[in-house]
Amino acid sequence: MNMLSRSAKEKLYFGLFRACGALVVLTLVVIVAYMLVGSLPVLSLDFLTEPPRGANARGGILTPLVGTIYLMIIVFAFAIPIGVLSAVYLAEYQGKGRGARFWSIVVSNLAGVPSIVYGLLGLGLFVTFAGLGRSLIASGLTLAILALPIVISAAREAIQAIPPSLREASLALGATKWQTIQHHVLPYALPGILTGVILALSRAAGETAPILLTGAAFYMSSMPDSIFSQFMALPYHVYAVATQTMAGMNGSPVVYGAAIVLLLLVIGMNLIAIIVRKRYREKYRW
Amino acid sequence: MSSIEVNNLNVWFDDKQALKGVNMTIPEKGITAIIGPSGCGKSTFIRSINRMNDIIPSCRVQGQILVDGKDLYGPGVDVTQVRKNIGMVFQRPNPFPKSIYENIAYAPRIHGTRDKKKLGEIVERCLRRAALWDEVKDRLDKSAYDLSGGQQQRLCIARALSIDPEIVLFDEPCSALDPIATAKIEDLLEELKDDYTVVIVTHNMQQAARVADRTAFFYLGELIEFGDTSQLFERPENELTENYITGRMG
Ligand SMILES: Nc1ncnc2c1ncn2[C@@H]1O[C@H](COP(=O)(O)OP(=O)(O)OP(=O)(O)O)[C@@H](O)[C@H]1O
Ligand SMILES: [Mg+2]
Repeated sequence: MNMLSRSAKEKLYFGLFRACGALVVLTLVVIVAYMLVGSLPVLSLDFLTEPPRGANARGGILTPLVGTIYLMIIVFAFAIPIGVLSAVYLAEYQGKGRGARFWSIVVSNLAGVPSIVYGLLGLGLFVTFAGLGRSLIASGLTLAILALPIVISAAREAIQAIPPSLREASLALGATKWQTIQHHVLPYALPGILTGVILALSRAAGETAPILLTGAAFYMSSMPDSIFSQFMALPYHVYAVATQTMAGMNGSPVVYGAAIVLLLLVIGMNLIAIIVRKRYREKYRW
Repeated sequence: MSSIEVNNLNVWFDDKQALKGVNMTIPEKGITAIIGPSGCGKSTFIRSINRMNDIIPSCRVQGQILVDGKDLYGPGVDVTQVRKNIGMVFQRPNPFPKSIYENIAYAPRIHGTRDKKKLGEIVERCLRRAALWDEVKDRLDKSAYDLSGGQQQRLCIARALSIDPEIVLFDEPCSALDPIATAKIEDLLEELKDDYTVVIVTHNMQQAARVADRTAFFYLGELIEFGDTSQLFERPENELTENYITGRMG
């Protein structure tokens, strides 16, 4: 039965793990390299500062880039406070009883809902029912709902990871529960919360289906002038150019260029998160 | 410097009773030690005195604890005010992951002291009281986590004093420390007992015999015997107490 010695087995499995790890890294490298090579002809600062021309097939990506940034700001403004506060409620006030289990099932199920369903929800709730129309705010709110469960579960985990002894120390000094949360729980949990926030923002930044249904435009000659106007956004721009223009279907560099800017945006957010996290880890560590 | 009068205290966790009809009067000042086998309710008892058991949802408390004649469990009592007058030091050092200064300044600040100079004075006074000042005065802005375990525990004592309490509770404060750090804490307890009513839970009978003026022996949630330390260790009245202190019982 046992044809391999224990040390040979050890080597075999270790090699396997290493290969799997390498595969993951390789995938990222290949994606970035592929996008870079494809987009080389258009990569320049002008690409970022000029609006699309020639029915999207030429020119830059200023309009969709700005649209995506606006969306992120709206998601940030709504998903973070609501998400973090509900996480505080779930972790600190719900305890560990049946209610808490019910909530965690709700949250993890929300995280698994397909994004097109969020799109339909946004269409019904914000565009039609709330009368916001197809607009930046309707799309931003839809993406915020989509981001919410990610923020909530990350924040909740970060909060629950704080040793109870620190809470007790604060309460024993006569601090109220809210003071304890505000001065200890939230600051110590911040690195973990931040990770969740960035993950959620990255996910929201790349979504196409929800914004397609709630306000993203195929082409706009100008920037959105208010939160109630339509907008262009990077993921939809990639999709639109790739499928709706002759140039795009023949592998236009604009497609790759827009995709790599989106990618860099997400990677950039992750880098910021890492730096802030490191700073905080140095300040508060236990 | 307050006396603590416990009247018929019963504590349950769900339907398991952890304390059964405890009656005990702890006079002001001096050191009162609580001893007894593991699980007999020592921690539950001292956590009742500053209402820390309130944070455990399954916990139910019945009875009276009078501090200077006022019932801590009476109607309309503000829990945070109760805790503000009673310091507590825990089994494992649990400083906040902040600077040494912040650890001490935190409580005075949330209780309304804003003045920087005043806060600085409080920090120095508490650290001196906890015999830590000379070791840390040059690095008040450094993380409390850079201190050794024994120093951290003295920092926690200084923090407990920062609220200017009358009573200070210790739940096995030395069980995570080496003998030298333990000796320092014991010296410190001697220093504190003239100004504070000190209640200390300990697993270590020698420690109780060394530092405590009075000792209480708990067994299975009941107070079995309470008296002067020398009397309790030399001429215990109850057979259970005798068995415990002579090592014939866990
Ligand atoms: N949070 C809790 N939930 C449920 N039961 C508890 C809880 N805390 C304590 N108990 C129970 O109450 C009883 C007394 O516990 P307590 O912690 O007061 O004992 P102790 O004398 O301090 O023990 P040790 O010396 O091990 O610290 C034990 O039977 C314990 O199982
Ligand atoms: Mg205990």
